[in-house]
Amino acid sequence: MAGVDLYQSGAGQHRPLSPHLQIYRPLLTMMMSIAHRITGAALYFGTLLLVWYLIAAASGPSSFATAAWFLRSILGQLILLGFTWALFHHLLGGIRHMIWDAGYGFAHPVREWLAQATFIGGLFLTIIVWGAAYLIL
Amino acid sequence: MIKSGVSAKPASTRFAENRLRSRTAAKAATSEAWYMRVTSIALIPLSIGFVWLILSLSGKDYAAARLELGRPVPAILMLLFLLAGIIHMKIGMQSIIEDYVHATHWKEGALMSNLFFSILIGVACVYAVLKLSFA
Repeated sequence: MAGVDLYQSGAGQHRPLSPHLQIYRPLLTMMMSIAHRITGAALYFGTLLLVWYLIAAASGPSSFATAAWFLRSILGQLILLGFTWALFHHLLGGIRHMIWDAGYGFAHPVREWLAQATFIGGLFLTIIVWGAAYLIL
Repeated sequence: MIKSGVSAKPASTRFAENRLRSRTAAKAATSEAWYMRVTSIALIPLSIGFVWLILSLSGKDYAAARLELGRPVPAILMLLFLLAGIIHMKIGMQSIIEDYVHATHWKEGALMSNLFFSILIGVACVYAVLKLSFA
């Protein structure tokens, strides 16, 4: 079995999949599920920013100045804002998954409420933290 | 009470079972699922602490940032956040790759890149924190 390419992508043969995105009405819970994955991937690549900052701080004043300059720039601030939101959204989504793991929150009104609370909570925490940051500075 | 499971079976089938178990498709999924849950729980307080730390670092100049990151509590917090976070992100990205990348060599390459990237980020960040703490 080792040499067999089951999807035979080289030969151009594609086996049919049952339709999914084409037929489902986008529900909040569906959107939150993929948002959980997307925010996770965004955080994954966002660690590059963290490693840049830390290595710059450990290296010398000029590298730190470059990193700090970028993080203070408009693009840098936008990326940090997005990273903050992704962090809180993914964090609250993770808590939602833990609630599910415990066996709660699957029934009809609760699961919608959990999805809404996660989304609104993520935005709320982002605004709180960024508001605090701008008030401190 | 009779205990069901491996120990209740005669020796003749027990060893065959152990050999078969290592050849089933369920290899690492259980341990990975467990690590995801443990790191998720750890990351709740650690992420909050991390955000707090970043807030305290924002606006600090070179000397002040180095001083702050070198102190015990921020440094240990950062190290713990990195430990839990790197494991969490590696397994998470692995799930994404396993779901979407199937073509030969691309899948293996992507899984390997994920592992290497995670280790690289982890080692680099830990190096920086340790250097700021001890140098």
